[in-house]
Amino acid sequence: MSKRTFRVWRGAGEGALTEYEVEVNEGEVVLDVLHRLQATQTPDLAVRWNCKAGKCGSCSVEINGRPRLSCMTRMSVFEEDEVVTVTPMHTFPVIRDLVCDVSYNYQKAREIPSFTPDPATSPGDFRMKQVDVERSQEFRKCIECFLCNNVCHVIRDHEENKEHFSGPRYLMRVAELEMHPYDTEDRRKAADEDFGMGYCNITKCCTEVCPENIHITDNALIPLKERVADRKYDPLVWLGSKIGRRPKDTPIAPNTRRPTEGA
Amino acid sequence: MTSTDSTRPGGGRVRIPQRTLRTDQWWLGPVLTTLGLAAFLVYGAVRVFQQDHYWVQEHHYLTPFYSPCLAQQCAPDAALFGRLPFEFPFFLPYAFVSLPILLLFRVTCYYYRKAYYRSIWQAPTACAVREPHRAYTGETRPLMLPQNGHRYFFYAAFAISLINTWDMAVPFFHGTDGGFGLGVGNLVMLANVVLLWGYTLSCHSCRHVFGGRLRSFGRRPVRYWLWSRVSVLNNRHMWFGWLSIASLMITDAYIALVASGTITDLRIIN
Repeated sequence: MSKRTFRVWRGAGEGALTEYEVEVNEGEVVLDVLHRLQATQTPDLAVRWNCKAGKCGSCSVEINGRPRLSCMTRMSVFEEDEVVTVTPMHTFPVIRDLVCDVSYNYQKAREIPSFTPDPATSPGDFRMKQVDVERSQEFRKCIECFLCNNVCHVIRDHEENKEHFSGPRYLMRVAELEMHPYDTEDRRKAADEDFGMGYCNITKCCTEVCPENIHITDNALIPLKERVADRKYDPLVWLGSKIGRRPKDTPIAPNTRRPTEGA
Repeated sequence: MTSTDSTRPGGGRVRIPQRTLRTDQWWLGPVLTTLGLAAFLVYGAVRVFQQDHYWVQEHHYLTPFYSPCLAQQCAPDAALFGRLPFEFPFFLPYAFVSLPILLLFRVTCYYYRKAYYRSIWQAPTACAVREPHRAYTGETRPLMLPQNGHRYFFYAAFAISLINTWDMAVPFFHGTDGGFGLGVGNLVMLANVVLLWGYTLSCHSCRHVFGGRLRSFGRRPVRYWLWSRVSVLNNRHMWFGWLSIASLMITDAYIALVASGTITDLRIIN
């Protein structure tokens, strides 16, 4: 057992970092220490958590400036005398202390046209090869911790981009559907114009912070960028669109986005 | 307990005055990247505009910075596709066709984009480090649209890699006494070509073209196999990127030293 110094964000947007001296035991993670703070010094500390196993995605925070799951960050990764600073996710509004309002993510999720199989097919008709299953299963490992959307500088540093950028989490969802063998929709135009694919400059922070080690950039975002380029910048497609073979673009899901003011 | 940091009132997002709370050496990667890219660009510019020491007649070594050699001043045996009927001025590289393509292939490369967006453009400098720009439009503006043409530079770079492979193969048949020969120069050029192919074939656009664009792998097993092989290379794209620019400089420097008579090519066979 040892005493460690924690600096924890208290309050909402106009809060402050507050310093605590707290006991830490061998084998503990940051979430354990936050719970000890709740139990011994500050019972009103708001922390969102659930499974304590890195599978629910609830306890996303920033620890010493790095977006992480607090339940998966071992205290042993810090030096003995290192001050541990815990702040809420930077990109989303703070409700209180370490708890954020992540409804932006749910809004963006609703805008994506869902899986649309051929209407002529019935449940039980699909036969997928394992290689096709594995391709999208990587993306299904996502635990919706929103660390990727939190770290993405497009919205982290530019609040104004939230309106037209869905973040890596939901561009990955679009990519997943675009790669589904039985999906019949074409979301490439929407990916470019409504979900903001062009804003991504593939700096890979989303991949770096993903606790599930999903290769978001290499396996979802870049392939989606290439698919958008197929549709928009391929001369043959352009020629086809001029002589009648227009791509059947799927718009974003209806009634999911408020009309912009003045529109 | 004591309150240590005060912040502006306002609500909403957390307001932290520091650029980042990261305590690790997040600045080191961008600094090394900038130095690496600057070293390559400076070296490349010096050599390309030097217009000398690019060809070893005895063993037919041609540096990749001058291939294919197109100027009237090129050594006749160095000009794979013949020579243009006029002398190139000092500002026009002898390989003026291939160099811009290769440069643009790297400029539009998904790995190098990450590298220079972070280290030079600082958008962002590192993850969870506030970027210095007031506004951000990513790759949506007309100036950035050529980034979407990476695949076309890949096609052209593929063709140039074939030329580099030819340049590497020819010296094997120009030993000291004629016929087959093997020297350190051959091995340096061979390693360079292997790394250039590694970089070219591990490209994300190559991965897309070979199979990534498919909706179903199950129905196209050959393309799936190709895609999976390219994917293995693609995992190492960053390493191929750096190793290939290092090998380009080493190959060029070696040939320049031999061509200028500073060193003698060490022969292993003939």
